[in-house]
Amino acid sequence: MLKVTVRNLLARKVRLLLSAFAIVLGIAFVAGSLVFTDTMGKSFDNIVYGTVSDVNVRFEDSGQAGLENEVNLDDRSLPASLVQTIADVDGVARVDANVEGMGLFVKKKDGTLLGGTGAPTLAFNWNDAPNADGDQIATISAGEVPRGPDEVAIDERSVENAGYELGDTVEMFTTGAEPQIEARLVGIVEFAGGGLAGATLVTFDTPRAQELFLDGQDAYSSVSVEADPGVSQTELADRVAEVLPDGTEAVTGDDLADETQSIINTVLGFLNTFLLVFAAIALVVGTFLIVNTFSILVAQRSRELALLRAMGASRGQVTRSVLTEAFAVGVLGSTLGLVLGYGLAGLLKALFGQFGLDLSGTALVFAPRTVIVSYAVGILVTMVAAWFPARRAAKVPPVAAMRDDVALPEGTIRKRLIVGMALAAAGAALMAAGLFGDVPRAPAWIGVGIFFVLMAVALTSPVTALPVIGLTGMLNRVLFGAVGRLATENARRNPRRTAATASALMIGLALVTTMSVLGSSVNRSIEAGVDEQFTTDFLVSNAIGQPFSTTVAEDVAAIPGVGEVSAEQNVAFGIDDRSVYGSAVDPAALERIFELNYTSGHAPESTDQIAFNETTAEQLGVGTGDRLELTFPGTELPVTVSGVYADTYVVGPSLVLRDVVEQVGLKRVDSYLAVNASPGADLDEVGDEITDAVAAIPTVTVQDKQEFSDAQRAQVNQLLYLIYALLGLAIVIAVLGIINTLSLSVIERTREVGLLRAVGLSRRQLRRMVRLESITIAVLGALLGIASGLLFGVSLRSAFSDEGITDLSIPWVQLAIFVVVAAVVGVLAAVVPAWRASRLNVLRAIATE
Amino acid sequence: MTTTTVAAQARDLVKIYGKNDAEVHALDGVTLDIHGGEFTAVMGPSGSGKSTLMHCMAALDAPSAGSVVIGDTELAALKDKELTRLRRDRVGFVFQAFNLVPTLTAEENILLPLSIAGRKPDEDWYRQVIEAVGLADRLKHRPNEMSGGQQQRVACARALVGRPSIVFADEPTGNLDSASGAEVLGFLRRSVDEFGQTIVMVTHDPVAASYTDRVVFLADGVVVDELRRPTAETVLERMTALQQRAMGAPQEG
Repeated sequence: MLKVTVRNLLARKVRLLLSAFAIVLGIAFVAGSLVFTDTMGKSFDNIVYGTVSDVNVRFEDSGQAGLENEVNLDDRSLPASLVQTIADVDGVARVDANVEGMGLFVKKKDGTLLGGTGAPTLAFNWNDAPNADGDQIATISAGEVPRGPDEVAIDERSVENAGYELGDTVEMFTTGAEPQIEARLVGIVEFAGGGLAGATLVTFDTPRAQELFLDGQDAYSSVSVEADPGVSQTELADRVAEVLPDGTEAVTGDDLADETQSIINTVLGFLNTFLLVFAAIALVVGTFLIVNTFSILVAQRSRELALLRAMGASRGQVTRSVLTEAFAVGVLGSTLGLVLGYGLAGLLKALFGQFGLDLSGTALVFAPRTVIVSYAVGILVTMVAAWFPARRAAKVPPVAAMRDDVALPEGTIRKRLIVGMALAAAGAALMAAGLFGDVPRAPAWIGVGIFFVLMAVALTSPVTALPVIGLTGMLNRVLFGAVGRLATENARRNPRRTAATASALMIGLALVTTMSVLGSSVNRSIEAGVDEQFTTDFLVSNAIGQPFSTTVAEDVAAIPGVGEVSAEQNVAFGIDDRSVYGSAVDPAALERIFELNYTSGHAPESTDQIAFNETTAEQLGVGTGDRLELTFPGTELPVTVSGVYADTYVVGPSLVLRDVVEQVGLKRVDSYLAVNASPGADLDEVGDEITDAVAAIPTVTVQDKQEFSDAQRAQVNQLLYLIYALLGLAIVIAVLGIINTLSLSVIERTREVGLLRAVGLSRRQLRRMVRLESITIAVLGALLGIASGLLFGVSLRSAFSDEGITDLSIPWVQLAIFVVVAAVVGVLAAVVPAWRASRLNVLRAIATE
Repeated sequence: MTTTTVAAQARDLVKIYGKNDAEVHALDGVTLDIHGGEFTAVMGPSGSGKSTLMHCMAALDAPSAGSVVIGDTELAALKDKELTRLRRDRVGFVFQAFNLVPTLTAEENILLPLSIAGRKPDEDWYRQVIEAVGLADRLKHRPNEMSGGQQQRVACARALVGRPSIVFADEPTGNLDSASGAEVLGFLRRSVDEFGQTIVMVTHDPVAASYTDRVVFLADGVVVDELRRPTAETVLERMTALQQRAMGAPQEG
């Protein structure tokens, strides 16, 4: 009997470890996210502080965090004479003028583009300006400073990645008048901040940079100013500001660093929140696993607990003894989670490096906050989860110690149903408020609403599970006879346990189903929209969303067989406090290819007119004839609304004339070209010709209708797969939960298993019995999850129908696959418990008390 | 009782638990024939090896040495799969407690070995057993809705319904009050008399032993005595003698 006790204890250790594993995975995700984003922040800090001067002179608005600066290419410049004026200001020790160029790409030795969709390529004129600490911002670590129009210096990592060596000729692409340039690599340039976070740094000498990025004017984009000793940044900035023309400003190094950091922190915050949402999902699922494990352990120990009570232990003492165990599990899980999370952050770092965000210059940052948060969350979650079973443990009456079969007092199903209904109603209300109401942070409302509904489903699942188990039970019995009947009865025996185990899987699958309904609907909507509106033969665009030189449009137009070419430049501007995207077009050319449906008014006809699509007009609360002011960096443009058109894929949410671009001081480039072949021309031939014409510029690609549609859907699918992968974590934890419940159930039923074996159940039949129970649980979870997911997906879809998800598409085949996968998951989860059950010694099993 | 066939036999059965210094010889060379159509009781003081003997003979446990033959099948030659089949088709069991699967009804429990084997019950035989055991009105009940005596009778019915060549019962009345015990023992007796069933029962209760045809006494892992047509008094006498001998002997492990 001692042997049996020791065995049970050992088995319990494994159980506890399994439930700790749920915490390990959840906390690993929390810690990994924190470590990774801290590391990214540190890496950017280094860059920011390494690259700002005491005072920086620039155009107003150029540092704003709005999306305008992402889309628009600022074409303003500071005259060279200003540099001398600043140098003469009292307290200025040194002045360096900078030329900054965007939209430049380096071609790798193998012909592809360096960087791609990842970190940007930054082009500068070479100078040796010092940063606020007095260190030189850029240094040449090998080779020479670039001089003359045919020399360039590039940072070391980019040179390595592109496969070049000093002395090689490097090909580059710009958005300017010279779309394709070549230069000899003469030097390796290095930033004072250490790493570049994957950005590519390209430097030319000043005249060449002015030629490439400022149309050859003797002008600059910004000026770095160093203060005399004893002159503070603020003092100097004030003095410099006095001599500056309108539209320019002097910003202290500290302010500039803060400003840049806040932009970076916003982006990092998004990333952090995104990752932490999945950590939270994993932890919620893990909670189910822990509640279940502790419930079963308490049930198995109920006689021991009753004995304690009989000997005078108070309820509080019993509760505390269980909670202490939970605390230990929490500490163990959090510790292992932290270690695993550190490794996960390293993995993320490597993964992001693959996508161009190279952080190899910065070691992983292990902040005390990460440790505190991980332990706090891990221990709290474990103890809260163990709280319910612990309280139930305390309710075991002392007399139970004398009784043979101890049943733990359990809350009534009725109470669960009422609480569940209330939760469901609250969740639905929250979702509705987030979807249709005008509340701040709507996604959080929807998220909490979904969480409430899921909890309601989990709570009521002991009831809703019965018909499902009945159905699978019928199937089991027909297919597997007595073994199937036994398995079904085992699953039905403790509906709470079965339901809680299935609920863990339910949550993961509900979210996966929601995403797959939304994804499928988005894809269907894209397809329908493209079919209806994409009336062009070819679309010339930049694969990574960057604009390209206007010379491309000229080249394409010159191809025989090309009929119409409509060029479109993406612009962005502010209206009141909102950022609005728009397309700068030639309306006549546009209408020859696309048919825009004006619900009122007409296309803009002069630079003081603008047209909106319906959604945007509604959001802004404007209509035809209204007057507005568009805010561009450094300038404002008063316009009249000329018309409102039906929402469409082919142009942005607003339309202005192309002349507006130059009028507000932006650089003229093209974002898209819509191309129609002449009537009678051979489409394939024209397509090939256009492809040949742009082949020299790898940033530009040609797509026909199908390719365009595929590319759009590929983007959606990519995001979908990423989310699936992250939700996979929740599924893994759910599988652990099934393994755990089954193993514990088998131990709990040791004598029964022994009896079955004694009356002739073969090992194979026994394994089948456990496996069928496992499949029943998994399929139950899958069906509940898919049902809830369908509910979420369909209601979210209808809420977003105004935002472009016009068509509902339910991926039935995919959902059926989910059920099959769940069944397979059930089979896999049963492998170990079934093996253990079949290994049980028949005699010892019967002897177990 | 006219038959003289041997339903099961043990030859020089040895069962050793533990190793080296901690070695315990639970069975130390038991040779025993169980006659067909007879109700045999195995008795002995605690630690005499009576339960171990039954577990080895019933193919629940493997002996360290010696042989067990059920009918004409030598158990040592069988693999797990064949042992499982033998237990299922040719042996019936009644344990002291926890005989029934709690999730199944009485009827389902009785038919469990047959449905595991995927066999249909012999309707006439099934009805006969149900009638004999007196549970016709309880068939749809689950174990927790029945008394201990009723549960044990269901277990007996389950042991008999597959027409096994031998039934092993391990203290079947150990957990019952005397009235319930008498019901169960009466049923076992009847199944021997009316159906010619072979039954081996381990017990330490002289009253239970008095229902049998033959009592085999075990002490220190060997057969020490045997009694035919026992009464409660004669059994008690022999037991007391055995116990006195044990107390006079050096301490056993």
